[in-house]
Amino acid sequence: MGKTTAEKIFDAHLVNEPFPGTKVLRLDAVLCHEITTPIAIDDLIRRDKDRVFDPTKIKAVIDHVTPSKDTKTATQAKILRDWARRHDIKDFFDIGANGVCHALFPERGFIRPGYTVIMGDSHTCTHGAFGAFAAGIGTTDLEVGILKGVCAFRQPKTIKFNVTGTLPKGVYAKDVILHIIGKIGVNGATDRVMEFHGAVVDAMTMESRMTLCNMAIEAGGTSGICQPDMTTVEYLWPFIQEEFASKEAALADYSQWRADADAEYDQTVEIDVASMEPTITFGYKPDQVKTVSELAGTRLDQIYIGSCTNGRLEDLRIAAQILKGQKLAANVRGILSPATPAIYKDAVKEGLIDIFMEAGFCVTNPTCGACLGMSNGVLADGEVCASTTNRNFMGRMGKGGMVHLMSPATAAASAIEGMIADPRKYL
Amino acid sequence: MKTFGGPVLFLDRSDINTDEIIPAKYLTEITKEDLKPYILEDLKLPGFDPAGPKTKNAKVIVSRANFGCGSSREHAPWVFEVNGITAVIAESFARIFRQNMFNCGMAAIELPAADLDQIFSHAGDADATMEINIEAGTLTMNGGGKQKTFSFEISPFDKALVLAGGWVDYADQKY
Repeated sequence: MGKTTAEKIFDAHLVNEPFPGTKVLRLDAVLCHEITTPIAIDDLIRRDKDRVFDPTKIKAVIDHVTPSKDTKTATQAKILRDWARRHDIKDFFDIGANGVCHALFPERGFIRPGYTVIMGDSHTCTHGAFGAFAAGIGTTDLEVGILKGVCAFRQPKTIKFNVTGTLPKGVYAKDVILHIIGKIGVNGATDRVMEFHGAVVDAMTMESRMTLCNMAIEAGGTSGICQPDMTTVEYLWPFIQEEFASKEAALADYSQWRADADAEYDQTVEIDVASMEPTITFGYKPDQVKTVSELAGTRLDQIYIGSCTNGRLEDLRIAAQILKGQKLAANVRGILSPATPAIYKDAVKEGLIDIFMEAGFCVTNPTCGACLGMSNGVLADGEVCASTTNRNFMGRMGKGGMVHLMSPATAAASAIEGMIADPRKYL
Repeated sequence: MKTFGGPVLFLDRSDINTDEIIPAKYLTEITKEDLKPYILEDLKLPGFDPAGPKTKNAKVIVSRANFGCGSSREHAPWVFEVNGITAVIAESFARIFRQNMFNCGMAAIELPAADLDQIFSHAGDADATMEINIEAGTLTMNGGGKQKTFSFEISPFDKALVLAGGWVDYADQKY
């Protein structure tokens, strides 16, 4: 019997199975940010175990509230910064070099096919786009990961998503994943890996694959996973060219992590995108989705473009294409947060930032802040935001606020009209 | 090992998420104890008061499917812990929340929907309490002069974590 990608990664990283069904895995990357790591650091100090298993495998960034907005957030940043220096963690990203973790770490080539990755952040599933097993975990698992380089998992089953057809105009990876979550529900993939296949995924850029995998957790999924291919190799090539004689050699090596043709799946879900429309959430759960046709005209107060879901260069290009020469409607405000400094710089070079600013957007530094209502774009009670982020829980972006999740294209069209609007007429 | 059981707080809805349990704006607190006043602050349910006596006295939460979905924040189990709540009983849990509970030596116990319906029938009882025996895998619901015992299963690993008081001590001995 063949194996899924996650099964192959589990087998290759297995340390032991302390109890039936529980597998302790060796970790290739332990990612840290300033919200969930400081309490782990404090606890390690308290236990007189202030050590790290391997400073080269630990990556850290200040991204949730940056630059710090008050004493408490400055203290969190300081705890992470001091710890990174104390343990000689070279891949630490502070103000000036920092960006949204799930955009920044892949951009630096830290995630490779076949890796095991954990982070104290639920959207860690993003990194499965590289053919890795990447799971969000809590502070205690993070603490053990930092100290010992291991993490315990129940072996997840895998659901195969076969995404076929051709993406219609105005429909992107974000629409596909919102559609999938709407189909299987917010716990449709609990204790499952979501393995994405099919011509649509094969044709996607790494950025789009990251958008797809990013929201696996919104269906309860442990990790999203895409199959490593030449697109993966091309993306990673600047970081791996010393390692491999050629791209073909890299592809041959990475192909070991592709699921076997006779792998057994818990379930196979067929998704035909041919008739898919731009898709948007309407309630307070990510599986409450409707098409743009059904929601056009919905009242808005704020447009937010950014986050680990849709703050990458590709996303900014799509939104800028629609916003070029246009203005924000008078009743809404717009916020753009490029996800990393490199994305920000490229967006400046390409003239995208000009387009956003001419349209009336505020451009913030890279940060997660607004997405979870911590900083840089918090909503007031009763306000409504069109957002390219990943979570629409009640009050997520500010107490009493409502969030409609959508693609950057739909957000841009909505910015122009001041209400939810169909991007297809601007493309 | 922590102690389990006592007065019950009934939260009769599926998909109660981590942002409802502890909003992100409080994730800047550095100590677990500082989270205490903010328990379930953003949860809107008919008749539920996050600052009311039922919340304050509770030792056990009973809820429905997919409890704890959303964020990985361990602040969710922590805000329960500092308020004296060490067990959540639900039809199902989000993976990260469930593991965070056991990693802290707390209990996330799954029961079939039919059992939960019976337990929820005590929601109106002022004296609703639950006894939980982790070793035996049983819990007993008391209230309104009635008593009923249910059996549950938790994985051997999760049980070991509860008995060891959490994952850090366990892992440090073994790995």
